[in-house]
Amino acid sequence: MTQYIIRRLLYSLPLLMGVNILTFVLFFVVNSPDDMARMQLGQKHVTEQAIANWKQQHGYDVPLLWNDSAQGGGKITDTVFYQKSVGLFLFRFGVSDSGRNIGADIKERAWPSLAVALPTLMIGLLVNICFALMMVLFRNSYISKDGVYAAGQSGAGAALEHAGIVLCVILMSISSLFYIIGGQFVIGKVLRLVPISGYDDGMAAVKFLILPVLIGVFSGIGSGTRWYRTLFLEEVGKDYVRTARAKGLSETQTLFRHVLPNAMIPILTGVVVVLPLLFMGSLIMESFFSIPGLGSYTIDAINSQDFAIVRAMVFLGSVLYVIGLLLTDISYTLVDPRVRLS
Amino acid sequence: MVVLWTDALIYLLIVVILALGLHLRGKEHIKRPLQQIGRSKIGMVSLVVLLFFVLIGLLDSVHFKPTDDTKNEIISLLDYWATPLREHGEKTYSAPFATKLYSKEMIAMPDGSMQWGYPRLEFGGRHLNNPETEKIPDILQKALYGLAQGASLIVFFMLLMWGLLAEQHKRLMLSSTAKTVLAVVFVIVSFSYALIYLSPYYHVFGTDKVGEDVFYQAVKSIRTGLVIGTLTTLIMLPMAIIFGILAGFFRGWVDDVIQYIYTTLNSIPGVLLIAASILMVQVYMASHESDFTSVIVRADTRLLFLCMILGVTSWTGLCRLLRAETLKLREMEYVQAASALGVKQGAILLRHILPNVMHIVLISVVLDFSSLVLAEAVLSYINIGVDPTSYSWGNMINGARLEMAREPVVWWSLTAAFVFMFALVLAANLFADVVQDAFDPRRSGNE
Repeated sequence: MTQYIIRRLLYSLPLLMGVNILTFVLFFVVNSPDDMARMQLGQKHVTEQAIANWKQQHGYDVPLLWNDSAQGGGKITDTVFYQKSVGLFLFRFGVSDSGRNIGADIKERAWPSLAVALPTLMIGLLVNICFALMMVLFRNSYISKDGVYAAGQSGAGAALEHAGIVLCVILMSISSLFYIIGGQFVIGKVLRLVPISGYDDGMAAVKFLILPVLIGVFSGIGSGTRWYRTLFLEEVGKDYVRTARAKGLSETQTLFRHVLPNAMIPILTGVVVVLPLLFMGSLIMESFFSIPGLGSYTIDAINSQDFAIVRAMVFLGSVLYVIGLLLTDISYTLVDPRVRLS
Repeated sequence: MVVLWTDALIYLLIVVILALGLHLRGKEHIKRPLQQIGRSKIGMVSLVVLLFFVLIGLLDSVHFKPTDDTKNEIISLLDYWATPLREHGEKTYSAPFATKLYSKEMIAMPDGSMQWGYPRLEFGGRHLNNPETEKIPDILQKALYGLAQGASLIVFFMLLMWGLLAEQHKRLMLSSTAKTVLAVVFVIVSFSYALIYLSPYYHVFGTDKVGEDVFYQAVKSIRTGLVIGTLTTLIMLPMAIIFGILAGFFRGWVDDVIQYIYTTLNSIPGVLLIAASILMVQVYMASHESDFTSVIVRADTRLLFLCMILGVTSWTGLCRLLRAETLKLREMEYVQAASALGVKQGAILLRHILPNVMHIVLISVVLDFSSLVLAEAVLSYINIGVDPTSYSWGNMINGARLEMAREPVVWWSLTAAFVFMFALVLAANLFADVVQDAFDPRRSGNE
């Protein structure tokens, strides 16, 4: 197990290297530091001196990949690529193009992001599973009455289930922007139940978090329920379920004692993948509700064209993704004893 | 005639679809799922709605320079027909069917004095002398007139078609699915005719901040949505198919390299990769300003780049599916038999593997479409979507979002974007479901 984890961690190094090279190409080769300096200082009437100063300040004044003027190992280390990548791999993100310390910013902003994302995920999971179970239950209550597997025909349960699917598709077809705008308008402005946007430290944050979490959960119901329903149905079709029914267990008993635990395996491992990424926050949610998390941090960086921050966030995101993949593999062994890591 | 980059790709897409259709015509394994789609009411109705959108999008993709034009602008066929809508700009916001402006200003009275009030609109309801009393009857009358004209037009065409049809096709037309489809066509055509009939006289969906007709904006946005939904797929498909099949078929180092590529791309958060690339495009366009002479060319280039970037970020999912399927297929008896008989690897890939993974490709294309249309709106909101000057639902939402705080609420831009987007995405989602049911061998077995 430990051996496996170590190997996976080593394997992730070339991956992160690839990400780093890709972002480097995107940020420095396509656009030279001169272009960036001009962008930051304003397009027109920029003197050569100002550009050189800006590059000096932000450490872009060395060649990109190969420094001919330096001695020995300096030929490689005295380059933008080396200096910037080493910083990223050591999680020293340096200063942003506007002069702030990125590492400190990230540490401070990760918690509000998590405060929105974690409850949204948990409550969303619970709600979606409940709805999916309900739909499967309706379907099955109909089957057991007739004793034949004939969904999609007439019958109250099947009709309810069909309505549920259509409702899911309708909910899926609405852009998340409308959920947010509508939710803010109805709950925040017309009913005045909670503040429309903002954030506060400590427990005072709760009243600001209710609305984003609620909307986040609601906008995910359509696709989530549909997805979990297919997972449950796949499980319901298996032989052990028939055996359980044949033993004379009631529909609810089969569903909760046999189907649910088995269907939880794909559901849980699917959740584990996204767990580390929760730190990154949600871009739209945070900027709509002006929550000072990493999502809004990224958006601000994109809007002010702050390359240093965007690069740091890309790297951080990839690291978290790799961790998520590793956690998924480990969680497989924990929930499913048949899986062995080797 | 001016052919923009996205136009050219759209034409290419149409040619590809037509060629595929001709190639697959009459093939038995394609016929059965197609018939299943044809029998499904939901499937056919959503297809009709989609085709209606596609038709508008195509009209908007034929660009030319008007001969009598002095402003060096490029317009499309749709713009040409919507000239009154395009040119009937007001000063600022006005509500749907309003005759007066949204905000108060000083009005010069006929007797020379000035008064603080809501001025009459320049174009909306201009033909009315006394808007307070005449407006509602006039709207109703015009709407009914338009509806009647549209309805009679479509009935005429249907009768014409009926007369021209052969006897065996007539029976097909009487099936319940065909009746539903005809009813939907009837409703769509007569309502859009009524809207077109009303729009020169009123701003049916109001006007936006700079006084542009919202109905026109919403209709123009259809093309942007469709382009993003389809061209992205066109760009990503070759990559996904070639890499996926090669990785699954050859395994070994080819597989390792391809897996490495897509895991790397996958591990970068999609939005950030898009943002980074769009930032680059922006910088590039800012430093090469002379290459983009007209606004529409600029917007078009950016749209194309957006499609490419979305394509690069979204091919990995399909690639992984295809790799897994190919891994399974290469162990099948018929592939083994082919290679035992000495068929070349290239031929096996083309003749045995490729046709057998096509259903996965088709399903994922249809499924991706709606999510891409939705993604466009979100990306435009973060300013990394389409060009701010081009028409898109995302830009409409973005522009209208801040006005929700105003009193009275400026709701019409949002509503128009919502209605159009919802119709397109819902139709696409429903159609995707039907296609998936028909083509997915796992699903067709048990339902």
